[in-house]
Amino acid sequence: MFNSKRLVLAHFWLAFATFGLALLLGEWQMYMRSPLHAWLQNPEIYYRSVTAHGTVMGYVFPTLVAMGFGYAITELSLKKPLVGRRWAWVGFGLLALGTVTALVPVSMGLASVLYTFYPPMVGNPFYYIGIVLVVVGSWIWVALMLINMRIWKRENPGRPVPLAMFANVAGSCLWGWTAVGAAIEILFQILPVALGFTSTIDAGLARVFFSWTLHAIVYFWLVPAYIAYYTIFPRAIGGRLYSDSMARISFILFLVVSMPIGIHHLFADPQVGSGFKFVHSVFTALVTIPTLLTIFTICASAEIASRLRGGKGPFGWVKALPWDRPIMLATAFSFVMLGFGGAGGIINMSYQMDSTIHNTQWITGHFHLIFAGAIVIMYFAIAYDLWPHLTGRVLNSLRLMRAQLWLWFVGMIVLTFPWHYVGILGMPRRMAYFDYSDPAIAPEALSVVLSVIGGAILVVSAVLFFIVLIRAHLSAKVTPAAYRFSAPIHEVKSVPVALNSVALWIALMIGLTVANYGYPIAQLIGLPETSVPAIRVGSQ
Amino acid sequence: MSIEPLFSRRNPWFVASVGATVLLFIFAAIVGFVWLPSVQKDAQFEGLWNAICSAAGVPQIWDRGTPVVSTLRTSTVIVVPDMLAGPSALSIGRGATLSLRCTMCHGVQGISDANTPNLAGQYATSIYKELQDFKTGARKSAIMAPLMVNLGEQDMKDLAAYYAYLPRLSAYHPPSTEPSPAVVLSGSPMRNIAPCASCHGGLSDKAGSPWLEGQSSVYLRVELDAFATGARHNDISGQMRNVARQMTPAEIDAAARYYSNQP
Repeated sequence: MFNSKRLVLAHFWLAFATFGLALLLGEWQMYMRSPLHAWLQNPEIYYRSVTAHGTVMGYVFPTLVAMGFGYAITELSLKKPLVGRRWAWVGFGLLALGTVTALVPVSMGLASVLYTFYPPMVGNPFYYIGIVLVVVGSWIWVALMLINMRIWKRENPGRPVPLAMFANVAGSCLWGWTAVGAAIEILFQILPVALGFTSTIDAGLARVFFSWTLHAIVYFWLVPAYIAYYTIFPRAIGGRLYSDSMARISFILFLVVSMPIGIHHLFADPQVGSGFKFVHSVFTALVTIPTLLTIFTICASAEIASRLRGGKGPFGWVKALPWDRPIMLATAFSFVMLGFGGAGGIINMSYQMDSTIHNTQWITGHFHLIFAGAIVIMYFAIAYDLWPHLTGRVLNSLRLMRAQLWLWFVGMIVLTFPWHYVGILGMPRRMAYFDYSDPAIAPEALSVVLSVIGGAILVVSAVLFFIVLIRAHLSAKVTPAAYRFSAPIHEVKSVPVALNSVALWIALMIGLTVANYGYPIAQLIGLPETSVPAIRVGSQ
Repeated sequence: MSIEPLFSRRNPWFVASVGATVLLFIFAAIVGFVWLPSVQKDAQFEGLWNAICSAAGVPQIWDRGTPVVSTLRTSTVIVVPDMLAGPSALSIGRGATLSLRCTMCHGVQGISDANTPNLAGQYATSIYKELQDFKTGARKSAIMAPLMVNLGEQDMKDLAAYYAYLPRLSAYHPPSTEPSPAVVLSGSPMRNIAPCASCHGGLSDKAGSPWLEGQSSVYLRVELDAFATGARHNDISGQMRNVARQMTPAEIDAAARYYSNQP
């Protein structure tokens, strides 16, 4: 049952096309501010590029992948046609329209505010309207996922929702709620200024609203990768999933605890009290639990697969894994990057340790390692896994796929490890140029050059990725066997209602949001004289 | 549909998850709002209620001593980007009449031959702010101060509107072929000098920053020196003093010469 192939392909192709362009911008930025190039005469060009890179990579690319993958999961796991396919196309149209609407003013230099908006800077209103269209388009997807699950549950009373669909719905609910913060910021704070109705903005409050979105958005990006770990990886290496319940608990924990923790992005902000910063720090620490549960479950699943293939010994089984399969490589690389990135993240979320690396290049290195590394490499794996089913053609460039994944892994390490290092040396982020001739900065020069090389490797890897996908469209036609997700070791006959529905977890997520954000937001709204004049970008 | 209750005390998942979340929140709140603040010895954390309020971010006045009053007079003008936008024709006309007193030094058309600033085409905000500062004494000038005595708020707005309305000096200088100095385009990040062009035009314009192209190099140099020594101190938040203090004499000279040679 796979009727929405064109819908899914459209999402994936638009996602990867925008990703390719934004990747080139990223490497250009690395090069321009490295010692290999003279100082930019006009730093505005740099910030224009950073805005486009961040907007595409943060809002457009992962949202499209999650949506396309979500539609595929709905049909493949529920084994029935997607309900509301026409609405899904409307959502896709809104995303495409929003992307263009946002990127036109950015390329004209009218909205170089970076994808995090940074009030009191205010750019052209069409930039924000474009972002709103992207978010509204994705909310259609959120609604469709919930509706499809509900209909299936009504038709199959008492049966457990397939794990992939359950996780997919958890991820969509997380996004639906976390996007509300940025939506409030844009609709009630930024757009009135951008459209000229008012001239001042409460920058501190706006930052709190954005933090509501800014951290959980990362877990929204992460969910498709985790779905691939649990429901594609064990099957692709010829094994079974170690525990279906553990998987459900992980996704539930992400849904509950990844939302009320965003204030750890505001540790250096004076408008939020230290008590709330500490509470958010505690809840951020909880995110390690679903991550560690996942690493345990997936490693156990890999061990089972390996022992079925004849793997022996306490560690010898690692060698017996099918390392020639792209999904095996991708998942292993993803885990290594998740390990390093996660360790760095524990430093970022620790209230005191954060102060040593706050706003340095360490942060940029961290989120590239986690998102562009651990998560995006699984997006590649998802595309490789689904492509034959989407195109009806064989995907036979196995060597090229392995080379692509290796290059992405190596490139990401070479890009981000020096990036972390210069951050420890104190190199600030969001700078268009650095005076490497200054003795205080000179020691950072070599590391920055290494990062440029890492970025170049990533560009080569992306080129290979496109070659693999395009070659697949031109190769021989096949009728692939019915798509299936990983089966758990013990067949799931029934699950507790709490692990088969999201209502309780959504209630907890909203409750924690109110507890952790309610007072800071209410207090900032109530305080008089907190607004400052907006700085219009690209005006005069 | 399952008939098993979800939101019920009989559901162990409900009890465990809600209970654990509430307990964890209480634990985090006690540590964050009571225990950690109690370690601080600063006045704003003394006492339990005080500590909780401080940790929650409630603004408090805890230093009740008399505020220190600065003897240095600084600008009282609050500049916002949209101020003085869209003046009426009447205002521009009144400004033209009032400007007759300014022509001796600033030229009949707002273009000076006397090393005083050219005013034609200058941003209204900049002219208004300087007039205000001359009047309050934030900016000192033996020539300008007496002229301000009888100038009211509306007069200043009219003058600003008139000069902003006049066309900018064009093709007054032959186009310069010399490259832009580094301090204008890139500043010096390690010395905390922002590029001149990031506020005064070229890269970006910021509210309150005057347009500098074609101004007298003598005037620009004198003002930069005055900012550097602190003799001039009407810049908002000391922005220009902080920049000028870090600039070398050669950089001041290069920037002044560069701007005066712009068309």
